[in-house]
Amino acid sequence: MHETKIDQALISSPWSGGTRPFAVNSKKLGMWLFIVSDTLTFSALLLAYSYVRLANPDWPRPFEIYPAIAKSTAMTIILLASSFTMVLGVAASRRNDRAKTVRYLLFTAAGGLLFVILHTTEWINLIHEGYTPWSTPQGVPLFGAAFFGITGLHMLHVTIGVIYLLTMAFGYGKDKFDADDVEVSGLYWHFVDLVWMFVFPMIYLMSVNLGA
Amino acid sequence: MSTHEHGSEAHPAGSTRLFAYVWIWLVAITGFEVFLAYLRLRPELMLSLLVILSMVKAALIVSYFMHLKYEKLSLALILVPSTLFCICMIVIFFMPDGLRALQLRGH
Repeated sequence: MHETKIDQALISSPWSGGTRPFAVNSKKLGMWLFIVSDTLTFSALLLAYSYVRLANPDWPRPFEIYPAIAKSTAMTIILLASSFTMVLGVAASRRNDRAKTVRYLLFTAAGGLLFVILHTTEWINLIHEGYTPWSTPQGVPLFGAAFFGITGLHMLHVTIGVIYLLTMAFGYGKDKFDADDVEVSGLYWHFVDLVWMFVFPMIYLMSVNLGA
Repeated sequence: MSTHEHGSEAHPAGSTRLFAYVWIWLVAITGFEVFLAYLRLRPELMLSLLVILSMVKAALIVSYFMHLKYEKLSLALILVPSTLFCICMIVIFFMPDGLRALQLRGH
């Protein structure tokens, strides 16, 4: 927490040539810009998926309520819970409570790790049932490409996020990072959560198998 | 909201209770989405409903968890409209063909 005395008049208007028109530090602005670009990556993927999903009358529906939907719903709640511990971690770092911040960051990383593990078992199940990125038992390879491509890119984000959070937890504990850095890592983590809020309904809930 | 950088520090950036409340809403909307899966809706209708609900969830996450609601308005104005504009452009380019494919399928 470094107190900077900035002339309020200087930053009072974004158009007045103020030094900080957005009143955030450069790391935070940088993370926000990254998030915008990543949003567009996922938007393009999900829109392309929506197109092939709606245009294809024989889209596979491999997800039964139990176990696939139950498991992916649990994964959603785990990811949401990890977002909540992240919020608590950022709040603790703002109070300069290092021990609590590190603990919440580790909880958050543990949630992310659990998500990755559950997701991997889900992938293994599907692969055993004959779904791969280039083929499906129904002969609709687009399903495999869309499913493994989009969830794989998301899982990559979660994995990077877990590494990021662990680095942050240990670095913050050793005073290498400050509360601003924790907040920026929080932005990334919430974004990963946000993406899953689209991937889960659009991929899983659009391919539920309710039986005959 | 790390340092006292601007004037809106007077109110705290959300309490734990508020965040818990937002979290419960997020879980509730997720539950409703899973419920929708039982209704065997037409894919177009189902996808539209899910995207709308997910956008509500995204707005909650961005406003509260990512603190955008508590940042200076200029930050939100530079980030959100430009992103939405780009997404709309993708939709405009894609969807006419998507709808055409649907119509061809129906007849």
